[in-house]
Amino acid sequence: MTDNGYKAGSNLEKVLSAGTFAVTSECGPPKSADGGVIERKAKILKGFVDAVNITDNQTAVVRVCSLASGVTAQQNGVEAIMQMTCRDRNRLAMQADILGAATLGIKNILCLTGDHLSFGNHPEAKGVHDLDSLNLIRMYKDMRDEKTFQCGEEMDVAPPLYIGCAENPFGDPFEFRALRLKKKIEAGADFMQTQCIFNIPKFKEWMKEVRALGLHQEIKILAGITPLKGAGGARYMKNFVPGMDVPQEIVDRMAGVEKGPPSHAEGKKLAVEMIKELAEIEGVAGIHIMAVEWEEAVPEIVETAGLLPRPAVA
Amino acid sequence: MADDFEPEIIVFACHYCAYAAADLAGSMRLQYPSTIRMIKLPCTGKLEVIHLLRALEAGADGVYAAGCLEGECHYLKGNLWARKRIEHVKKLLPEVGLEPERVEMYNMSSAQGPEFARVATEFTERIKGLGPNPLRRHGVSPHAAARDAAKDVAMPDPSPAPTEKGPAE
Amino acid sequence: MITAERKPFDEILTLVDGHKKVLVAGCDTCVAICLTGGEKEAEILASELRMKAQADGREVEVEHTAAIRQCEWEYLDMIAAKVEEADVVLSMACGIGIQSMAEKFEPKLVVPAVNTNMLGMPQEHAVWLERCGACGDCVIGETAGICPVVRCSKSLMNGPCGGSHDGKCEVTTPEKEEIDCAWALIWERLKAQGREELMEVTRPPKNWSKSSSGGPRKMVKEEAKPV
Repeated sequence: MTDNGYKAGSNLEKVLSAGTFAVTSECGPPKSADGGVIERKAKILKGFVDAVNITDNQTAVVRVCSLASGVTAQQNGVEAIMQMTCRDRNRLAMQADILGAATLGIKNILCLTGDHLSFGNHPEAKGVHDLDSLNLIRMYKDMRDEKTFQCGEEMDVAPPLYIGCAENPFGDPFEFRALRLKKKIEAGADFMQTQCIFNIPKFKEWMKEVRALGLHQEIKILAGITPLKGAGGARYMKNFVPGMDVPQEIVDRMAGVEKGPPSHAEGKKLAVEMIKELAEIEGVAGIHIMAVEWEEAVPEIVETAGLLPRPAVA
Repeated sequence: MADDFEPEIIVFACHYCAYAAADLAGSMRLQYPSTIRMIKLPCTGKLEVIHLLRALEAGADGVYAAGCLEGECHYLKGNLWARKRIEHVKKLLPEVGLEPERVEMYNMSSAQGPEFARVATEFTERIKGLGPNPLRRHGVSPHAAARDAAKDVAMPDPSPAPTEKGPAE
Repeated sequence: MITAERKPFDEILTLVDGHKKVLVAGCDTCVAICLTGGEKEAEILASELRMKAQADGREVEVEHTAAIRQCEWEYLDMIAAKVEEADVVLSMACGIGIQSMAEKFEPKLVVPAVNTNMLGMPQEHAVWLERCGACGDCVIGETAGICPVVRCSKSLMNGPCGGSHDGKCEVTTPEKEEIDCAWALIWERLKAQGREELMEVTRPPKNWSKSSSGGPRKMVKEEAKPV
C-alpha cells in the first residue's frame, strides 16, 4: 500500500477508484527490435485511454518484451498495463521481471495463463507453466502486501502493483466462470478485463452470475471489445480464435457493407453501440478496446462513445 | 526389363475361400499364371506382417493374401485384420526401397474360381510391370522362406499342391 | 504403463550406420503390450534392416532377440551372448530398458529404436492416452481422479483457462484431433461426486522439486533392502 492509500497509485487505479468509467486499450509490440512501433502507437492513444495493455508474446509469437515496450509506452505519455503470461517464465523470472518493471515505473500488471505454444511461431518450445494465473496473482499480491517472495523470504522494497486478471465469460463450463473470477479476487486481483465480447446477451447473463456473488463490488470489471474492420475478421474470430463467441448477426452486419472504408466505418459504429450498451450493465466499470493492429480507430471510437475527455487524475 | 521375367509370387490363401476357389479354377480348367505359389492359412487373420516381410526379404517378387469376401469371414473379421496388416506393410516397404504395390489384399468366395484366376493374372501382370525384386538371390527360395515364417499358422498343403503344377492344362 | 513409438526408419538407419553386426533387442514388457518393441516388432525391424542393407548393397548382419524385461539386469543375462557378438544393439525397450542395457553391457554401443513417450492408459485396443506425468506429488485426490499436470495442456492447478469450450481444450493433437479439457472433466466428475466445492479451493503453486525439475530422483525402500 502506498502512502496515499492506493495500492500502486497508477492512473488506472485512480480512475477506477474514483468510480469513473475507465477506458483501456491494447498495443502489440513488434516482431523486431523496432522501438518506434510502440512509440507511434502510444502517441496515437495518448489522451484517449487511461492505460494501455502491452501484450506479452501474444498468441505465443515472439515480440519485443512487454516490460521494455511498457516502459516505451510510458515514456511516450501512456500508462502501461504490462501483461505477464505463465507460459514463458517460471516463478523466478516472473518475480524478477516484476521487480524490474517496478523499478522502471510500471504499476499495472495483467496476470495471464497465456495462449498455448502450439498456436505460435515456436511450437517446439517447452511451455513453462510453473505457476498458473491464480498463483501468479497471489504471488504478486504477496510481494506487494506482505513484502515476501513466493518462497516466503522477505524483501526491503515491495513493488507497488495494481493487479489485473482476465476472464473469458464465454469459456466453458459457463456455470463455473463466475466462480473462477471469485477465486481470482480471493487471490488478489484488483481489476479484470474480459475476452472480446460480441455476444452481449451472453455477457449479460454472466454479469448476472457475477452480481449474484457480489463480485462486481470486489473487483473492477472492464468489458473487452474488438472493433471489426470487416466481415473477414469477424468470420476468422468466430471460427478460429479459441474461446471467442461471435454471433452470426455480427458477421452478417459486417458482410452487409462494402469492404474498405465503409466496413471500417461500420466496425467503429458497431463498437460505439456496443460500448454504450455495455456501459449500461451494472458492475461494468470500464471498457477495454482491443483494436488489433488498428490503434488509429481507438480515438474516434472513444470520442464518439462520449468518453472524452479522459480524467486527469493526480 | 527382360520379357522373359517370370515372377515368383507368394499367395497366402484362406482355406475357406481362396484356396477352394483355386481348386475350382483348376477343375474348371481356367488358365492362370504359373507364377503363384500358395500357402494355405486357416484364415487370413493369421497372416502377420513378418510373414510378408520374410517372403519379400527372401526375394519374392510379390505377395498377396486372398481372403473371404468382406463380411463373410468364417472367423468374422480375420480378412479385415489381414487387410490392415497389408496396408501397414505397404507403408514399410518404401522405407526399405521396395514398391508398396508388391503386396496386396484380395477377397473372393470359394465359388469364385474365375475370380481366383483373374486375380492371379492381374497381380502377375502388375509384378511383371514392376520387374524383379532387387533382393532376389540365387539359391534362396521365397516360398520356402515364407512357409518357414508362417510355419506356426500355415496348414499342410496336400502334396503336390494344385498351384505347384501351375495352370491346369 | 510406459508407452513408446518406433522412431522413423531413416533415423534408425543413421543410428546403426557403419556397423556390421546389429542386434535388434525387443523387450517383452511395456513396449510389447503397446505393440511397439516386443519380440514381434523386433523381428519386423530386423527384417526391414536386412532388406534395406541388401537393397543398398551393404554387408550387414542383423539379428533380433528379446528380453523379458530390459530394465532388470537378471533378464539381460539371458541375452548377453547375443549382445556380446553384436557391434551395436538397437534397443526397442523404453528409455529405462535402453539405459539399463547400455549400463550392463558398457562399453557396448546401445542405441534407441523407439521414442518413449508417456505413461499411458489403454483406452481401447491400440489406443493409449497419457495419464500420468510422474511429477512426484500427486494431486488427483482433489481433482476427481483426473491429472491436471498432464491432462491439462497448461498444467493448471486452478483451471479451466478461457480456452475451454464445450468440454474441449483449445489445443488439439498434432493430428488435429480434439482433446478433452481436463478441468471440464474435473468439474463434471466433482459435481457427480457432490464435491464441486473443491473447485472453489485455490490449489497452491505446485512443488516441482519433487518432479524431474529437482534433479534425477532416487527411491530407496530401506525396509526391503537385502540384509
